[in-house]
Amino acid sequence: MTSPTMQRRLASTTNVLVRFWRSRPGRIGLIVLVVFGAMALAAPLLADRSGLDAVASRRAGAPQWGSPSTWWPLGTDHLRRSVWAQFVWGSRISLFVGLAATVVTIAVGTLVGVTAGFFGGRLDGVLMRVTEWFLVVPFLPLAIVLATVLGRSVWNIIFVIGVTSWPSTARLVRAQVLTVKQRLFVDRSRSLGASSAYIVRRHIMPNVSGLILANATLAVPISILTETTLSFLGLGDPQRASWGKMLNDAFFESAITRNAWWYFLPPGLGILVVVLAFTLIGQTLEQLADPRLADR
Amino acid sequence: MAQFISKKVLGSTLTLVFVLVFNFFLFRVVQPDPVANLFRGRNVPQARLDQMRTDFGLDGSRLTQFWAYLRETLQLNLGFSYQSRQPVWDDIASKIWPTVQLVGLAAILSAAIGIIGGVIAGWRRGSAADYSITSTTMAFYSMPDFWLGMLLLVAFAVVFPWFPVGGMTELGVEHSGVGAILDRLHHLALPCLTLTLAYLGEYAIVTRSSLLDVMGEEYLTLAQAKGLRDIQVRNRHAVPNALLPVVTLAAINFGFVLSGAIAVETLFSWPGLGKATSDAVLGPDLPMLQGLFLVFSAAVIVFNLAADVLYAFLDPRVRPA
Repeated sequence: MTSPTMQRRLASTTNVLVRFWRSRPGRIGLIVLVVFGAMALAAPLLADRSGLDAVASRRAGAPQWGSPSTWWPLGTDHLRRSVWAQFVWGSRISLFVGLAATVVTIAVGTLVGVTAGFFGGRLDGVLMRVTEWFLVVPFLPLAIVLATVLGRSVWNIIFVIGVTSWPSTARLVRAQVLTVKQRLFVDRSRSLGASSAYIVRRHIMPNVSGLILANATLAVPISILTETTLSFLGLGDPQRASWGKMLNDAFFESAITRNAWWYFLPPGLGILVVVLAFTLIGQTLEQLADPRLADR
Repeated sequence: MAQFISKKVLGSTLTLVFVLVFNFFLFRVVQPDPVANLFRGRNVPQARLDQMRTDFGLDGSRLTQFWAYLRETLQLNLGFSYQSRQPVWDDIASKIWPTVQLVGLAAILSAAIGIIGGVIAGWRRGSAADYSITSTTMAFYSMPDFWLGMLLLVAFAVVFPWFPVGGMTELGVEHSGVGAILDRLHHLALPCLTLTLAYLGEYAIVTRSSLLDVMGEEYLTLAQAKGLRDIQVRNRHAVPNALLPVVTLAAINFGFVLSGAIAVETLFSWPGLGKATSDAVLGPDLPMLQGLFLVFSAAVIVFNLAADVLYAFLDPRVRPA
């Protein structure tokens, strides 16, 4: 189907992609992200899983707290496990939790924001009251309390982050829906007899999707940092290596006073670089969605 | 104005009631038997489990439990901590001051430094100063605060042992007078530096972008046309107007002082509310966690209210006629 509409959409998508690639911050962020994504996917090729296991590492003759010069490439921890293997396999959990929690955040935030903004009235009042409440309650303590009560697993962490961080998305989407709703094409469509569902699908969503995408990209860093903090406090999944779990082990096994920098430097740097990459991409998308921000 | 304030107070009270109800339901209904869940897979005698359920008010019907909970909470009776065996409220009260000292100081320092940085960066947009301030603050903003603390710890407490690795006072040494203050500052330095660096990014970013919004305004052109020096235009005309959103941000952030440093307090063994939270998680000490959450939420709600009222005083446009 190559209707003029389709061709126009294709052209505008290509145009956005080209403009994204031309922006240096966006390009750098995307390249960094692709590298880390590839590392997470190719984990089995980059590091043998046995490096995560204390017993297997002992059998392989790994030293305890071995520095990078004694055990290639990043040394070992208190249980003789390879730091490199933990870093590579841990990137999977950090990226997965970051992305999955963001999907939950955006889904709930969009649903609430569009419903409140489009239908208005009493429903809007109630939804915004709930949103305000979630905005006021301190985010990290709420996440900690929820994670403690629900138990320690990857899925609970995703649920907890999603449940606690949707309100700002909801507010943003609602505001955008309110302005789109005022536009003439919505009135025209309605007077031609379009249903609410049709208007939301054909007119509202296409006009807020750019904003939602930018917001989603900017929500990933928050999800990743929250996962790290929860894991650092001992609320992560005890069965899986993650960057936050590595920092948790490094702290409680006193890697700091031993000056075992090879244990806590890599996961922190990984988080920093991935978070920066998502921020750069998100800011670029934001500028594309709202050109007024471009000369910032 | 009185009507505006009373409306805001009412809203905050409602939110607080909401928190109370949520606190109850989270611990009893979503997870009907938190005691069993917490000790799943561990060998805990049945008698001890029953004892804990009674201590925690988990017997009786849901409604009786709820009324008992409301009554007790309003009397600041938050139950007994599993770990210290002290009343939760006494435990919390003794930890407020250390947290206020550490995080409060960091909040003030980060606001001051962040605003100055944001003004310098925004006023000369695209300059080398802007570029370095923006990228530095963004880097601090993008790393976990406790990881930044780990780096500072290794650098200034292990490799160069200038500062203590943790705690609030030197153990086994009695200091008094000036010595005690110096000892406290010595312990405060690293965690306070960590939090200041971690927080200032937000202030710098908000100040910078708010200043950029103001810079297009005509009254600045007028001020320049009057022949004022650049620095006067900036400090007398641009900055005061740009600071409005920053004031709100600061007021809201002060509400997060109590709950804001959970990981950093843990890292530096600072005996405040944040460390109490992570200890309660590891326990796990449910009454303590519940009490802490209540206190944290109350602090945020009160400061949010203050921010709203303050904003109405500062910006007449927000005030209802």
